[in-house]
Amino acid sequence: MKLKTILMATAAAGILSVPAVAQSDMSLAEAPCENCADSMTLVSWGGAYQTSQINAYSDPYSEVTGVDIVWDESSAEAVARLRAMNEAGNVTWDVVDVVAADAIRLCDEGLAMPVEHDELLADAPDGTPASEDFGDLIVSECFIPQIVYSTTFGYRTDVADWGDNTPSEICDIFDTETFPGQRSLEQRPIGNMEWALYCDGVAFEDIYDTLETEEGVQRALDKLGTIKDDVVWWTAGAETPQLLADGEVVIGSTYNGRLFSAIEEQDQPIAMLWDMQMFDLDGWIIPAGLPEDRLNRAKHFLKFATDTQRLADQAKWISYGPARASSAPLVGQHADLGIDMAPHMPTDPANSENTFLFNYEWWADNRDDLDARFQAWLAQ
Amino acid sequence: MSTVSETSHSALPDDGVVRAADGTPLKKSLARALRREKLRSFMLIAPLLAFIIIAFVAPIADMLFRSVENSIVRDTLPETVETLADWDPQSGELPDERVFAALYRDLQIAVEQRIHTRVGSRLNYQQPGMSGLFRGTGRDVRRMDEAGPFKPQFLETDEDWAEIETWAVIKRYSPTYTPGYFLNAVDAELTAEGVELKPQNERIYITLFNRTMVMSLIITFSCLLLGYPIAYLLAHLPMRSANVLMILVLLPFWTSLLVRTSAWKVLLQQQGVINDFLVWINLIDDAGRLVMINNQTGTIIAMTHILLPFMILPLYSVMQTISPSYVRAAKSLGATDWTAFWRVYFPQTVPGIGAGAILVFILSIGYYITPELVGGTSGVFISNRIAYHISTSLNWGLAAALGTILLGLVVVLFWVYDRIVGIDNVKLG
Repeated sequence: MKLKTILMATAAAGILSVPAVAQSDMSLAEAPCENCADSMTLVSWGGAYQTSQINAYSDPYSEVTGVDIVWDESSAEAVARLRAMNEAGNVTWDVVDVVAADAIRLCDEGLAMPVEHDELLADAPDGTPASEDFGDLIVSECFIPQIVYSTTFGYRTDVADWGDNTPSEICDIFDTETFPGQRSLEQRPIGNMEWALYCDGVAFEDIYDTLETEEGVQRALDKLGTIKDDVVWWTAGAETPQLLADGEVVIGSTYNGRLFSAIEEQDQPIAMLWDMQMFDLDGWIIPAGLPEDRLNRAKHFLKFATDTQRLADQAKWISYGPARASSAPLVGQHADLGIDMAPHMPTDPANSENTFLFNYEWWADNRDDLDARFQAWLAQ
Repeated sequence: MSTVSETSHSALPDDGVVRAADGTPLKKSLARALRREKLRSFMLIAPLLAFIIIAFVAPIADMLFRSVENSIVRDTLPETVETLADWDPQSGELPDERVFAALYRDLQIAVEQRIHTRVGSRLNYQQPGMSGLFRGTGRDVRRMDEAGPFKPQFLETDEDWAEIETWAVIKRYSPTYTPGYFLNAVDAELTAEGVELKPQNERIYITLFNRTMVMSLIITFSCLLLGYPIAYLLAHLPMRSANVLMILVLLPFWTSLLVRTSAWKVLLQQQGVINDFLVWINLIDDAGRLVMINNQTGTIIAMTHILLPFMILPLYSVMQTISPSYVRAAKSLGATDWTAFWRVYFPQTVPGIGAGAILVFILSIGYYITPELVGGTSGVFISNRIAYHISTSLNWGLAAALGTILLGLVVVLFWVYDRIVGIDNVKLG
């Protein structure tokens, strides 16, 4: 798998932590922007993730250009909202942060604009064109990758009922004998179905083929059914860290950056379970049909926000890997805590011994079916 | 003076009609004055009327329309729909080359405009697998040989095109209007054999409607149980203490819904205040902490608290108007406390109970924020499903159908209530 190789290479470079000369590339923002709107609306996920984007991208950008930037925290509903805006003929968003599967869906439905990556984005400092630098992470012609993250598990380190045991592998989620207590899982099939099948004995590479069949889906749901009574279902990434901190659940899935924030920044008694973490991508899209001045502004911003240095900068605030190969060597220390960020990246070799490359293309095609099945199963 | 009036008088026909000073018949003049009055009051309410029509009536009408509207198949695949008209699903034969060629031409245009996935999503609501089929075929259709024949090419792209059912679904959902969403909303579907219930493991909406009704009834009843004594107290305490008590009722009422719901999350959770207290007084042990949230109990407790003021306020306003002399009279005639209350006082509070119960019940069947936050999966209402279909699954037609049914239920309940209790018996103040 080529994508995985790239991710590993990214991580390896990160661990070396080559002290790069931070080339302050303000020139990109200083380049004149002709016929550009003087305000823009960016859409993201809120919380620690959005803060990292504000620190790394939007604050430096408005400092240089004086552009008024408004943030909207609706990325979780981006597909629905863009569809509604499109139908109403009034798209109010300029640049939207979405996961890869949503980017593919939006692109297929003509709601996101196809972009020429080499034309729009800055080259790497050594002159490598953007399309090569991002490589296989450009999963759709509308998608501008930003970070690699993973959905993984965190558990409390002070559960009395567990004795001296701590969960060490993904299937411990389903082991309520050894690890009693409430769990939290995301209220959607993606991820849960794969983990369930894996723990039910389906081989790594057969998981999506199994899910393709009716029996496979039922098998995954039956496996999830064994812990259904012990599960609190979450819909927002911030819920699991909160539930863990409250002691309301003893183990739960969420994005690795949220857990990083709870463990390192808030010092909660929580530890990471990296086994079978599920890799995914997140990045920008430009909504289709923007008026010219807003489109120009969006492009101008993206050229700035996705250059090698900026992408590396985002990792100063959150433990997500930059999507450009050339950014990896620049990843350094946390901006406030001063700790090395590389060991907290999902791509770090120690964390990624057993990872699952989440198949967003398969999900883009099959999501409608499985969502319906999963939601019906939940309601029963 | 007198000459003038005399001349004007004499100018009028003497036909016995009563006239105003200016000579117009009094009837006409009165009508005109009334019309002016009506116009003036209409102008006063016109802004509100316009607001209601734009912000309330129009969206509801649009929603009702969406629940049956189905032009997407016909608009996106016009030629296919037309050629399919001659094909009979019962024949057991696949449609002929003509239909496949039409589909090819339709898809060419649809893929160009990137709207083919929307037809797929639409048909997927009726037949799982259609969404993937259209997405996949959309990718392949550009590579097909323009010269045809198209049938083998489509069959090669995806074996689903060789299924009679695939074509039957397209044909069934090609009319501009469809009962499909409403059938889905009651766990049924349109099949070749007519309307049938869905398989057991896919039925959820009837359960949810039932749960919404039953839980709303429980919430209404517990509001009444808790609210009645408080309203009674409020109405009978001296003014000064009643005012303090009133503030205690109103304070939560003025607090944001989200704040109150979040507060319940803190109170009810297993490591929460209530459980901690119960453990502390040794009523339960640490391992046996009560599960009071993320289930029906959580929803009922939180919603009872949130809706309580809507019960207390109408009850209070009714109780305040009941003269204490009735109960005193009953007692002086020898009634016990209970009889005086039950036979004399209570019947007079029924209009307040009616108003409070209707208010709480109708509000609670439409609630969704509180159940979403504290209800887990077993304590969510039908409105959570509507919100899900609007913001996540994007099945707006189904959301509209569910909403329409909910609206219908409220109207029916209202009508039944009017029949039994009488709506003029409801008193809000």
